[in-house]
Amino acid sequence: MPEPTLVVRGGSVVGPAGLARADVAVAGVDIVAVAASIDAPTGALVLDATGCLVGPGLVDLHTHLRQPGREEAETIETGARAAALGGFTAIVAMPNTEPPIDSAGVASEVLALGLGCMAEVSVAGAITVGRAGQALAPLAELAALGVALFTDDGAGVQDGALMRRALDYAKGLGVTLAQHCEDAGLAAGGAMHEGDWSSRLGIPGMPAAAEEAMVARDIALSRLTGAPVHFLHMSTAGSVDLIRRAKEEGLAVTAEAAPHHMLLTHALVAGYDPVFKVNPPLRTDEDVAAVIAGLCDGTIDAIATDHAPHAPESKDLPFNEAPPGMLGLQTALPIAWEVLSPRIGPERIFALLSTQPAVIAKLTSTDPHGAGHSAQGGPVEAGAPANLCVFDPGATTVVDPAGLASRSRNTPYAGRTFAGAVRHTVLRGEPVVIDATAQR
Amino acid sequence: MTGTQHLLSVADLGPQGIAEVLHVAEAFAEVERRSMPKVPTLRGKVVATLFFEESTRTRLSFETAAKRLSADVLSLAVASSSVKKGESLRDTVETVEAMGIDAIIIRHSSAGAPHQVARWVERAHVVNAGDGWHEHPTQALLDCFTVRQVLAERKGAAPDELGISCFEDLRVLIVGDVRHSRVARSEVLAYTALGAHVTLAAPGSLLPPSLEGWPVEVATDLDTALADADVVSLLRLQAERGSGSFVPSLREYTAGWGLTARRAERLADHAIVTHPGPMVRGVEIASDVADLPCTVVTQQVANGIAVRMAILFLLLGGELPGIAEVPAVA
Repeated sequence: MPEPTLVVRGGSVVGPAGLARADVAVAGVDIVAVAASIDAPTGALVLDATGCLVGPGLVDLHTHLRQPGREEAETIETGARAAALGGFTAIVAMPNTEPPIDSAGVASEVLALGLGCMAEVSVAGAITVGRAGQALAPLAELAALGVALFTDDGAGVQDGALMRRALDYAKGLGVTLAQHCEDAGLAAGGAMHEGDWSSRLGIPGMPAAAEEAMVARDIALSRLTGAPVHFLHMSTAGSVDLIRRAKEEGLAVTAEAAPHHMLLTHALVAGYDPVFKVNPPLRTDEDVAAVIAGLCDGTIDAIATDHAPHAPESKDLPFNEAPPGMLGLQTALPIAWEVLSPRIGPERIFALLSTQPAVIAKLTSTDPHGAGHSAQGGPVEAGAPANLCVFDPGATTVVDPAGLASRSRNTPYAGRTFAGAVRHTVLRGEPVVIDATAQR
Repeated sequence: MTGTQHLLSVADLGPQGIAEVLHVAEAFAEVERRSMPKVPTLRGKVVATLFFEESTRTRLSFETAAKRLSADVLSLAVASSSVKKGESLRDTVETVEAMGIDAIIIRHSSAGAPHQVARWVERAHVVNAGDGWHEHPTQALLDCFTVRQVLAERKGAAPDELGISCFEDLRVLIVGDVRHSRVARSEVLAYTALGAHVTLAAPGSLLPPSLEGWPVEVATDLDTALADADVVSLLRLQAERGSGSFVPSLREYTAGWGLTARRAERLADHAIVTHPGPMVRGVEIASDVADLPCTVVTQQVANGIAVRMAILFLLLGGELPGIAEVPAVA
C-alpha cells in the first residue's frame, strides 16, 4: 500500500449495503485502504470524522452556473465552491447560459473553466439550437467532447416531432436526453402553481397538467423510439405516478427531484416574495408527499438541486416579472437528510445524491470526458478515486444567505436550521472543505 | 384601521376596520358637499402616486382625495421614469421614499407588488390601488359605502345609523370575469366580512381555477341568480388582459352573462347594480340598463373620493375624533 497522505478517521463508511465503521486512507488522488483502524504516518493529514458518515462525493445533475453570460449571479468557480461546501464533488452545468451550450465552442469553454475548480464540472448540452425548440443542436459534435446529457432546461422541447427526431438521433450516440417537462401553452404566463393559493393571490398559475402532459408525451416517445429519457425536477404527484408506471413497464426512463420540492409548498408564496418563485413551481402538500414517496420507493432516481442563482436586483422585481429559481447546492444534503432519514437508510440517501446521478450522467468511470475527470458516485473502496463527502448527522446547518459561497443570495431557507451538516469534502484526494470551511 | 401602516388587502381591515372606513368616509362626504370642499388635515404631508399600469379614474380619484385633504401630491409617470431605463421596483420605491414621501399609492400589473413595496419602505404608508388580478381594496370599500348610502336613503336614515348591520344577509351577486378581476377578490373579502352572502356568476373559463376556501357560491345560470340578488356587481370583461379569448365571442358572452334589458327585468325592484368602471356598454351591460336609476355607477365614482380621503386620513392623520369639526380652508 502506498504511504497515505490523508486519513479520514473515526467515521462510518457508507457502502451499498449500509454503514461500516472504518477509516479511509488516501494516497495522492486515490483511496488506498478502507479498514477498521488505519494509522496515519507522520506528515499525513488526518480528518476527524467521529460520528460522521463517510460517503462518496455527491453528484449534482442539475446546476445552473450562469457562466458565460450572467457572471453577476454566479461563475463556474463560485458555483463549484458552493458545490464543494455542499458535499458535491461533481456537478453538471445546465446549458441555459448566454450564449447557450449548443456548440462545441461554448461547451469547451465551460469545461476548460471548470478545470481546477473545487468540484468537477461536466456540461449538459442543448437539444436544440439556441434552446429555441426549432432545430437540432450538433449533438454528435458535443457528444465527442464527452457530453452525455442534453436538455433545453428552462423550457421543454414543445414540438413532439422534433423531440422524437432528437431521441432517434441520440440513440446512436449513447447519450441521454433530459426533459424540462412543461407544456408552454398550458403554463403560459404562469408564475406559481395553479391552485387555491394562486386563485386567492391573483397570480397566474401553471397547472400540474402542464408538467404531466409532457411527462406523458415523452414516456410515449421513449416507448416509441426505445431511447432513454431523463425527467428533470419532477414536482407533481401525477408526474411521479406516470414515471412509476413507465418503469413498471420497463421503459428506459430515469427521473430526478429537487430538494425544494421535497420540503416547500405553494403556501409560501402568500407573502409575494420572489425568492419562492421557481420553475417547476412549489406545489401542494400532496405533491410533496408524492415526491418523497417516489424517492423512497425508487421511482425517482436522483436528488438534483436545480441550483439557480439570481442576482438580488432580479429578485427585487414584482413577483410576476422576477425570474424563477433558487439556490440549492449548500442545503441539498441537510434537507435530504432531514426529510428522508426517518424513512430510508443513509446508503439510500447517498445513492440518490451520488451513485445514481453519477450513473445517469455517465460519470462512473475515470476520465469519461478526456478532461481529467475522475470516477464519481463511489463506492468508497481501495483503488477508487478519493471523492468523499463527510456528513455529520449530529451537527446542524443554519442557513445564512450572506454566508453562502454563491454570488447570489436567493435561498428560500434563510434563517432555517436543518439537521446534519457537511463537514469535509475530498476531491481527488484533496481536502477542499475541512470542518465546513473551504480550503481555497 | 387606526394604527395600521398600510392598506394592502381588504383582509387587513376586518369588519370593524371596514366600519371605521365607512364612518370616516361619511364625514368626508359631508366635506365634499361644502362650497369649498377642502380641509387642512394633511397639510405638509406628501402623497405620491406610483402607477405602473394605466389608469385614469383611480389615479384622479386618489389625487383629488389627497388634495382635498391639503396634502401635496406627486405623481410618478412611469413611461418617463427611470423604470423604463431598467431601474428595479425596489430602487424606484427607495428613491421615492428618500424624498420624504409620507404615502405611496401604487398600482401595478403584478399581484403583490404593493406587499413587496411595503416590505421595502421604512416609514411611508403604502396603499394598494390595484395589483394584478389580486385586489383593489378601495374599490370594494367604495362599493360597500355606496350600497349602504342607497339603503340608508331608502330608509330615510343617515348611513352611519345603519352601521354595518345593513350588510347582514345581503345577497350580493358578482357577475363576469372573476378570474382576472382584482375588484371581485376585494369585494368577496369585504362583503363576506360584513356578513353578506356572495354568489359568483361567470362562465367556467372566467372563474378562478380554484375556489377552495372562498366563502362564496357559484351560480351557473345568471337568469335565476339575478332574481335573488339584492346587489349585482358587474365586472368588466378585461379584453386587454386577454379575457377575450376566454369566451367564444363578446356576442356569446353578452347573450349568456351580460345584463341585457330583457334580463334586467328579472331584477328585484330594490336591486342595486354596481360597476367599477369603465363600463363597456353593450357587452357586460346594456346601455339602457346602465342608465336606469338602480345603476349607481356615478355615485360610486363620487364616493370614491370620500372613501379614499378616509383611507389617507386614517393612515396618515392618526386619531379619528373631531374630523367633522375641522374647518374648511378659507
